[in-house]
Amino acid sequence: MSKSGFAGTLWGKALKRLARDKAAMISAGLIAFIAVLAVVGPALSPYTYDGLDWEQIATAPQFTNGHWLGTDRLGRDLFVRTLHGVRISLAIGILATLVSLFIGVAWGAIAGYAGGRTDELMMRTVDVLYTLPYIFIVIILTTIFARGNIYVLFFAIGAVGWLTMARIVRGQTLTLKRREFVEAAVVAGVGPTGIVSRHIVPNLIGPVVVYATLTIPQLILYESFLSFLGLGVQEPQASLGSLINLGAREMESAPWMLLGPAGFLVVLLVCFNFLGDGLRDALDPHER
Amino acid sequence: MLAYAIRRIAILVPTLLVIITLSFLIIRLAPGGPFDEEQALPPAIKANLEAAYGLDAPLAKQYFRYVVGLLHGDFGPSFKFRDVSVGELIAQGLPVSLGLGACAILLAILVGVPCGAMAALRQNGAVDHAIRSVAMLGIALPSFVVGPLLALVFGLYLGWLPVAGWVSGDARYMLLPVITLALPVIAYVARLTRASFLEVMRSNHIRTARAKGIGELRVISRHALRPALMPVVSYLGPATAFVVTGSLVVESVFGLPGTGRYLVQGAINRDYTLVMGMIVVYGVITLLCNLVADLLYSWLDPRVRHE
Repeated sequence: MSKSGFAGTLWGKALKRLARDKAAMISAGLIAFIAVLAVVGPALSPYTYDGLDWEQIATAPQFTNGHWLGTDRLGRDLFVRTLHGVRISLAIGILATLVSLFIGVAWGAIAGYAGGRTDELMMRTVDVLYTLPYIFIVIILTTIFARGNIYVLFFAIGAVGWLTMARIVRGQTLTLKRREFVEAAVVAGVGPTGIVSRHIVPNLIGPVVVYATLTIPQLILYESFLSFLGLGVQEPQASLGSLINLGAREMESAPWMLLGPAGFLVVLLVCFNFLGDGLRDALDPHER
Repeated sequence: MLAYAIRRIAILVPTLLVIITLSFLIIRLAPGGPFDEEQALPPAIKANLEAAYGLDAPLAKQYFRYVVGLLHGDFGPSFKFRDVSVGELIAQGLPVSLGLGACAILLAILVGVPCGAMAALRQNGAVDHAIRSVAMLGIALPSFVVGPLLALVFGLYLGWLPVAGWVSGDARYMLLPVITLALPVIAYVARLTRASFLEVMRSNHIRTARAKGIGELRVISRHALRPALMPVVSYLGPATAFVVTGSLVVESVFGLPGTGRYLVQGAINRDYTLVMGMIVVYGVITLLCNLVADLLYSWLDPRVRHE
């Protein structure tokens, strides 16, 4: 694709606008930095996430002994444990978002395109689920399966994250299906499955990308919330939520146990929110 | 209005029944029961226990018994808290949780709406930027981070307020939990108010009002406020669900004797009746709050009723 051709497209313009958004660019950089740190960081430290250092129980962060974020009550290195939690957070954020993306887009596009009774029934279901605090569903799901099974967690969190996505996609589908190119496809003899998958869904990418970016911090938050309550990731595995829970109990004598993991979580959440907002403004300048 | 209200109330009962049925089925179909301890009980004792709690009956009969019990206000016995019924546990904790949630929502409206309106009326000014940044942080920061941090600063370092705990009727113990719970809701309400105020202030009826020569204050209070508050009213429903969820964390952070810990404990212990009871109670609360929000909305905006 020639450069001028790309610069003129919707995505080319959007990327240009995004590049001018300082908050979004800094956020993207920070997220990339934290992601790289989470991948290579644990290898840089001499400690493992479940190894006990009996000489250094609950010590404050320092450089000389290699415990860069201090240790906890059992002498486990918090730098490695925190990065371990960041890995889980990022994995949940991305995988669970994909799960919710898949369900939400399919649900919304089918409801919107089918219309009538089907639409009514499908969206009523969403409404009912929407009024329930999502935590019920996740708690029920975690009651059924063994606690600590991380794949159940991915699925359970993804399974509650799709409701808003379905609503957004349905709304967009309703306007799309009256457009000429859909009519043309109908006239050309394309079946409903083909129209939804080949003509409607590809045109939904803009709003879907924006909302997916905003879903990531939400789902990261859900995971750490569950782990904070003891329903998510189990010991000796570490999640930012469970680390914050331990840290909150020890904050009087060892505030670094709270501040390290909390700092990472907050930076991640804020950055993803800024990036999502930036993307929305870039793709839809009228919103501002 | 009346017809709309009746229609809305009529949906309430089947919705609740769906929630009860689904959660009952899912919980019962789960592998593992409340009496599966680390050390297996002798089969005879386990059978006796299950008979005593009515777990040996067919599933349909258990379900029927449970729903009939609910209609009589009987949530059944707790499987793990010996000699206490689920109803008693809930009655004990609910006043604390309800008080906490109501205060948080009230605070969110009282602070969030004026902040949002101020930001909108000074669009792109310093006040606007400050409020928007704080709102962004308020939404992004999870309550289980904000709670401990507030306790650390105001409880430990400054020593103004108690770090945690509960003394019935003492407002000082309520303050930090309520603020922690309300913060994200305040942020969200402020954002919503700002966005809808901006839109309303650009609409035709405001231009007309100004053209008639009405003072700015009167334009805002008489013509802009009501339509601008509509999104906030419709957010009240989801806000309750949010506060219910948040109270689980806040009660655990500040050690409040509310109902939140029962849901978590029940899930960890596979205490069927306790989890069910909590789901029914929270389900009723969220459904009622959604109903109130919807009715309020249709009362304020007659167009909704005729859809």
